[in-house]
Amino acid sequence: MTTPKADDPGVRLIKIEALARVEGEGGVRVLIRDGRVEDAQVRIFEAPRLFESILRGRGLEEPPDLTARICGICPVAYQMSACHAVEAALGVVIDPAVRLLRRLLYCGEWIESHALHVVCLHAPDFLGQESVLAMAGASPDLANCVRRFLKLKKAGNSIVHLLGGREIHPINARVGGFHRAPRKGELNVLLEPLKEALDLALELVRWVAAFDFPQFEHDYEFVALRHESEYPMNEGRLISSRGLDIAMNQFLDHFEEQQVPYSNALQCRKKATGTAYFVGPLARINLNFDHLSPTAKQIAGESGIAWPSRNPFTGIVARAVEIVHAVEVAIDLIQQYEPPARSAVPLTPRAGTGNWITEAPRGILFHQYQIDAKGLVTHALIIPPTSQNQRQIEEDLIRFAPRVLDLPQHEAEWCCEHVVRNYDPCISCATHFLKFEVQR
Amino acid sequence: MNPSLPIVTPRPMPNRPRLAVFKFTSCDGCQLSLLDCEDELLDLADRVEIGFFREAARLELSGCFDVALVEGSVSTPEQEQEIRNVRARSKFLICLGACASHGGIQALRHLGSAAAALRVVYANPASVAMLEKSLPASDYVKVDLELPGCPINKKQLIHVIASLLAGGRPGLDRHAQCLECKRQGVVCLVVARGMACLGPATSTGCGALCMRHDRGCFGCYGPAQGANAAALARRFGELGLEPAAIARLFRTFYSTAVEFQIGSQSA
Repeated sequence: MTTPKADDPGVRLIKIEALARVEGEGGVRVLIRDGRVEDAQVRIFEAPRLFESILRGRGLEEPPDLTARICGICPVAYQMSACHAVEAALGVVIDPAVRLLRRLLYCGEWIESHALHVVCLHAPDFLGQESVLAMAGASPDLANCVRRFLKLKKAGNSIVHLLGGREIHPINARVGGFHRAPRKGELNVLLEPLKEALDLALELVRWVAAFDFPQFEHDYEFVALRHESEYPMNEGRLISSRGLDIAMNQFLDHFEEQQVPYSNALQCRKKATGTAYFVGPLARINLNFDHLSPTAKQIAGESGIAWPSRNPFTGIVARAVEIVHAVEVAIDLIQQYEPPARSAVPLTPRAGTGNWITEAPRGILFHQYQIDAKGLVTHALIIPPTSQNQRQIEEDLIRFAPRVLDLPQHEAEWCCEHVVRNYDPCISCATHFLKFEVQR
Repeated sequence: MNPSLPIVTPRPMPNRPRLAVFKFTSCDGCQLSLLDCEDELLDLADRVEIGFFREAARLELSGCFDVALVEGSVSTPEQEQEIRNVRARSKFLICLGACASHGGIQALRHLGSAAAALRVVYANPASVAMLEKSLPASDYVKVDLELPGCPINKKQLIHVIASLLAGGRPGLDRHAQCLECKRQGVVCLVVARGMACLGPATSTGCGALCMRHDRGCFGCYGPAQGANAAALARRFGELGLEPAAIARLFRTFYSTAVEFQIGSQSA
């Protein structure tokens, strides 16, 4: 998009300087010329933080703790992808009980992150409220909803707190396993709040499924992990709604990052076609509906949304359904739990490269590490979900903006913000990895 | 970055004081601590007027704030101006976490190896303006209080806000983690198991979290008052840690803190 001059005849900009209710700092520009939407840009101005450089020369055990600091909302996702990628480089095989605990920890993060987005960041758009607090102040009914649904967020956080030590940047996960594995029965204290959370999560699905969704279908390429028997989280092949089916270490053969001049984050596209693709809860549900937990599958069927859904506005329902799924899986994992023989596999340094993808709350998160014979990281590459969705968000804006041209500027801006928030963008994540030069 | 901040006695707050939350270069985790107060959030919203909190609200009030919470370090030319604007609009300015008080994990780029690596990896630098360093707010403006941690402890945040609402002066302990371990009956990892633990040089705040998980402290809460990091680093050497590994241990989220710099160079 060339920058149009203010006195350009026939030019109008829908301009959001700083997006609210997203993690991190970004803006939006939609350029309209002679009543036609010409282009849209998601402009990310969040300051780069240079993680891939910082990681060079660090010990092989450090990426989980260091990369957690990329994002305060999804630190577990970074810890999971980092642990698995380093283990892949070392050829480490983890204990089945450690696998179980990792899934449980991830369930906690999915629940708290999704509840945050559904209730606090996204629902206010559907109800015409500027914030969750304004929403809670709008009526006693809504105040009650917010109060109750915040308990869901708390239930997710309580898993991360118990198993990870704290909610934000938990400290217990490590390469090879956990620093301390819970004793048998220690996790049972979570069962009561999780059973209450299951009812709340069902209520949440019904609540959001009743929102008004604009008719806005599109033939997206959805991309997600696919596990042979489970809803995807820590493992699987990478598949798409257009027939892609690859091992996760082939990711870089099929996807590539591109720099755009207006953004501090790179954009990812399909290598062969140069096209955008769609990751996150909607992609996961569309590609893995058969592996949802029984209650999640049932409530998804009753929600009135036709799955697979090609309407990004229904992403809020996908998130709520995934909360049901994650709560139900968490209960099941806690009931199955037997402590591992040892909490972590001992690590022996060796030179190697590890690639891994896990399903972060917002979609696939790719990590790659090269490790030398002394056990130091020599190269790191991290591709978070939001940089993968970024081009898709822009294409949605281009397709949606014609509908808002007759609205007052303020309302047109809000509608465009809503389109962006459908993706729950995490801009802190998207920016960290920009390659840049220091200004001296 | 000043370890002995001037003690400011705030005036009692007006009936419904105005709170603002500002983000600089950071992960959003410290401000998320506020939204993670699931039990207190709506009650807090009754007691304060939230005038600016972009992660949570579209509304952005103009004018001044009684309390400003600042997350993140100053690392771009725009942020240098922005932190001054925030200060000018705020009566009581609180830094949240390691980034705002010490430059945070992104300050690791000050170390030579990271700076050299940059030149190898940039693609098209023209679109990004960035300062050479990641700096604390206190390098630019007067700061009234710093909450330690990567991330902060949300209980400390609630304690500080509640104290200010009551017209009190919030105080935070900065003694070493060792005291926490003794209080909680955690057997010393350094003495009993020969593990590397930064607890003797690290401030309290998390409640000896790592040690309770069979893990040595890795310094998320920054240096304790009177920390003797040099002696601790020498002890790690006696336990068999390589000098480079000892240096890395002190260089994570508080690498710019003087005490931790001493520790990283004392192996």
